[in-house]
Amino acid sequence: MAAVVVESPKHAAAPSRAGVFALAFAAFVALAAAGWLFPRWLTFLLTLAAGNGLVSLGIVGLMRGGVVPFGQGMVFAAGGYTAALLYNKLGITDALGLALAGGIAAVVVAAPFAPLLSRYRGIFFAMLTLALSMVTYGLLMKLDALGGSDGFNVGRPTLFGMKLPDAHVGYVLYVITVAVATLAAVAMRVVFSSTRGLLTLAIRDNELRVEYLGGSVRRAMAVNFVVAAFCAGLGGALVVLSLGHIEPNFSFWTTSGEFVFVAILAGWQSVAAVFVASTVLEVVRSFSSAYFPNTWQLALGLFLLFVIRFLPRGIGSLWSRRAGS
Amino acid sequence: MTTENLRFRSWASATALVVTTGAALALSGHAQAQETFKIGIVSFLSGQAAESFGIPAVNGAKVLVEAFNKGAAPAPYNKVGFGGMKIEPVYVDENGGATKQVQELRNLYDREKVDAVVGYVGSGDCLAVAPVAEEMKRFLILYDCGTPRIFEDNKLQYVFRTASHAAMDNVALARYLKARNVKIESFNMINQDYAWGQDSKKDFTLSMEKLYPAAKPGEDQLPKFGAGQYGTEISALMAKPADVTHSSLWGGDLQAFILQAGPRGLFKRTQVVLSAADHVLPGLGDKMPDGTILGARGAYGLMSPKSALNDWWWDLYSKAYNVYPVQAPYRMVQSLLGLKLAVEKAMAANGGKKPTGEQLAAALANSEWDSPAGRIRMALGDGHQAIQDTAIGKTRYDAAKKMVVLDDIQRFPADCVNPPPNMKSEEWIKAGFPGAKGCP
Amino acid sequence: MNAVVTILIDGLTYASWLFIVAVGLTLVFGVLKILNIAHGSFYALGAYAAASFVGWTAALKWAPGFSIVAMLFAAVAVAAIMAPLTERGLLRFFYGRDEVLLVLVTYAMFLILEDVTKLVWGANPYYVSEPYSLFGNLHLGVQTWVGYDFVLVGLAVVVGLAVWWGLNRTRQGKITLAVIHSAEVASSMGVNVSRVYMLAFSVGIFLAALGGAFTAPMISVQPGVSVGVIVVSFAVVIIGGLGSIEGAAIGALIVGLARSLAVHVAPVSELFSIYIVMAVVLMFRPEGLFQRTQARKI
Repeated sequence: MAAVVVESPKHAAAPSRAGVFALAFAAFVALAAAGWLFPRWLTFLLTLAAGNGLVSLGIVGLMRGGVVPFGQGMVFAAGGYTAALLYNKLGITDALGLALAGGIAAVVVAAPFAPLLSRYRGIFFAMLTLALSMVTYGLLMKLDALGGSDGFNVGRPTLFGMKLPDAHVGYVLYVITVAVATLAAVAMRVVFSSTRGLLTLAIRDNELRVEYLGGSVRRAMAVNFVVAAFCAGLGGALVVLSLGHIEPNFSFWTTSGEFVFVAILAGWQSVAAVFVASTVLEVVRSFSSAYFPNTWQLALGLFLLFVIRFLPRGIGSLWSRRAGS
Repeated sequence: MTTENLRFRSWASATALVVTTGAALALSGHAQAQETFKIGIVSFLSGQAAESFGIPAVNGAKVLVEAFNKGAAPAPYNKVGFGGMKIEPVYVDENGGATKQVQELRNLYDREKVDAVVGYVGSGDCLAVAPVAEEMKRFLILYDCGTPRIFEDNKLQYVFRTASHAAMDNVALARYLKARNVKIESFNMINQDYAWGQDSKKDFTLSMEKLYPAAKPGEDQLPKFGAGQYGTEISALMAKPADVTHSSLWGGDLQAFILQAGPRGLFKRTQVVLSAADHVLPGLGDKMPDGTILGARGAYGLMSPKSALNDWWWDLYSKAYNVYPVQAPYRMVQSLLGLKLAVEKAMAANGGKKPTGEQLAAALANSEWDSPAGRIRMALGDGHQAIQDTAIGKTRYDAAKKMVVLDDIQRFPADCVNPPPNMKSEEWIKAGFPGAKGCP
Repeated sequence: MNAVVTILIDGLTYASWLFIVAVGLTLVFGVLKILNIAHGSFYALGAYAAASFVGWTAALKWAPGFSIVAMLFAAVAVAAIMAPLTERGLLRFFYGRDEVLLVLVTYAMFLILEDVTKLVWGANPYYVSEPYSLFGNLHLGVQTWVGYDFVLVGLAVVVGLAVWWGLNRTRQGKITLAVIHSAEVASSMGVNVSRVYMLAFSVGIFLAALGGAFTAPMISVQPGVSVGVIVVSFAVVIIGGLGSIEGAAIGALIVGLARSLAVHVAPVSELFSIYIVMAVVLMFRPEGLFQRTQARKI
């Protein structure tokens, strides 16, 4: 009987935080510089990809725990509507302030449901989140004070009190969104590698054992849900500021479905993969529209199937080969 | 492989991927030939508005652009293309939500480098894209959406609407009933539960308050958009008899409603009035109950005024598609005609060069032109919002011609059913239509 | 009194329509554990196929009664063509994967089928009018109903009984129930699980197409008919319990009556009443009203 050699991971300590920060900073600088050279439609596409990617980032956090939320549109819309309403009704125009407000509002909306949702798994978790997001959609459609089914417009934000110059609004919003996305990505990377993050992975594998070992599965899931809501709220606010418009469709099930698709496309191992996946989806959608105006749904559907079939662990698996995954 | 290494690979490859994709995409825009005028045409090619509004409009655009490029349109539209430049259309599907439309608009201007965009049926889409075009300082014509809010709530330089907004439809409907002396003690309503349905219901109710002060609103049904099953609503409408039943339903929903309510006798028990229904007539044929009063959001289709231009357009469309043009292609054609004249006027002013957005805006503002539906005047919204005449008629199935025809057609001049330049539609209706001229 | 009767009748007719449309969805989930978003697309295919088939019987000048037979054949044709294609050609590759992943696969199918239907039948509307007027009218006080609506009630009862009987009283049905309970154990007892899946999926598609075919006379068949059906079917199935036929029936009745009440009494609440019911049921009895006891696997 041959001895079984178990290869333990090269280290037991937490990964180098400084390394992560340095890489993230470098990536941000590279993207910001590239954005200066890109045509405007491309920076806009990347801005939306980054904003939407934030929502999928939160979903990945939940997926690491084994549940897939199909209703992140609810918190995405919460963040967006908060930012839009603060802008229009209270005159708060600072982009970063509005983003933060969006995140906090989303947390406030999600928090009451977190303990409830932490008890559900599988298809029921998905369906309950979907039902909640559709109730939100119905409310948003009905309430004229929130713009009703047409939604309403949002003007141009400011940054630290400075007005944004006409020629460079798109670029500045791009840099802001990418910056927030990078910060969130770093934060999530740190969280994923922390004790709570690893606990979440353990929950995915076997909840019962985690309970027996003394971990609180429900608390972990509730926290994950709230964190995902914060990310989604940030994303919602940033997307609204770039689009200049918000509507109830933000909370519709097909919007939520697209966030889930990006999370699945990314896989749950690499944080950067989430934003790459978000960009890929935006690019595919954009070019399907341009080259197949009559059959873009067909093109998009085929792309989705292709990805689900041939990249079962997501894009992240292309460069992360973690032992045991 | 250490985790450090992994992380580096992860971030580095992510950034590299994004940057290279970006570079590839950036190089993918095509060069612009100087002798064509590129228009982006945006309308519903899929989804629930495709059959009733989007595809007929796009079909109208296709056949008209072909005629323009051959110089085959009657004077004063007989120059080839726009002022000698061939027209190059790019079609985009409006389906997918306002967020997608904002992206598509940016792509049209920045990537496809179109010179103008003509589009948008959905009011939500119009409201979302108008400020974007304005911010990008690029020329945009909204050809179809109904909400009055675009120019009543904003001042825009680069955005125009070449058709009347929706207040006209329900005001004209109420006036038609009054002009025909229809006795009304109560009226029921059924409208889709979203902005279009809610605004139409409001306009009709307010107009009725002014024209029929004694009439009482009865049932107020608001089925979900796209519901398709109206059995329960029909029972509710029949349970509360009323002289008139108003609806702004359109497309598949309207067709389903008619197919379900007709055999149950609703149309015999109450006078049904429909604000935007002409587009269902060719398809429904003998299933359309006789005697239904309806509008087309303008003097379109069977209610279009006789003129050489209209005859030419009617033949052009019917020969290509085997069906007569209803409201959607008419609105597209009046938009493209207005754009053509504006381009040619701007070129005459700037020495024959392709006009910039500012020059186009200056040329189109406050202009007037003849269209197959009558004269279009950019009279509201500082010269950015059009007004036009409209007409209301009554259906009758003609067994000999095997199609539905419209009788008792009543025309309403633009100044009768549109608010004056300085008033919002809702205020104007509530005030009793001050300044309305030429009403029958 | 009349108002109550009207509400009940409307609730019943709408519930029948809902049941026919939703029962296929619950069957597919029960057996294959797939929540099929493309259910609405198969419904639309059934409607289009019915339009074509009834069109042919009209062109061949057969008696109007044949149109009902044509509609049945349309549903069978859709199932016969689409079931092998989708199940063998597509879903098979994704069995065993996460349930939500399969939802996304069916979402992709929905997108694809939307455009494929548009390519095959075009964007023009189709009308299937012959069957609708076959059954006369029913007058009750101030109300008039079309006989066809009650035919749907009858059809719903027949379909419900047939599916129940098929599952509980036939050998193949009992095998299917075994697979529902545990595919692994059934397989180890010699059941060809693959074939059971195929059969269940075919029946599911047939039922969806049947719903579409029999709805076709009441609507204009055009692009977009699938969208309105998806969420409402989901709600019915969630309320009744995924995989339970009786649940689907009760769910349909609840939704039908709730909607009928809302429309007659408080029309403004209709829009999101269905989502609220769905959310409430999920919160208090997540397995639906007809829970299947699940043994917990450690």
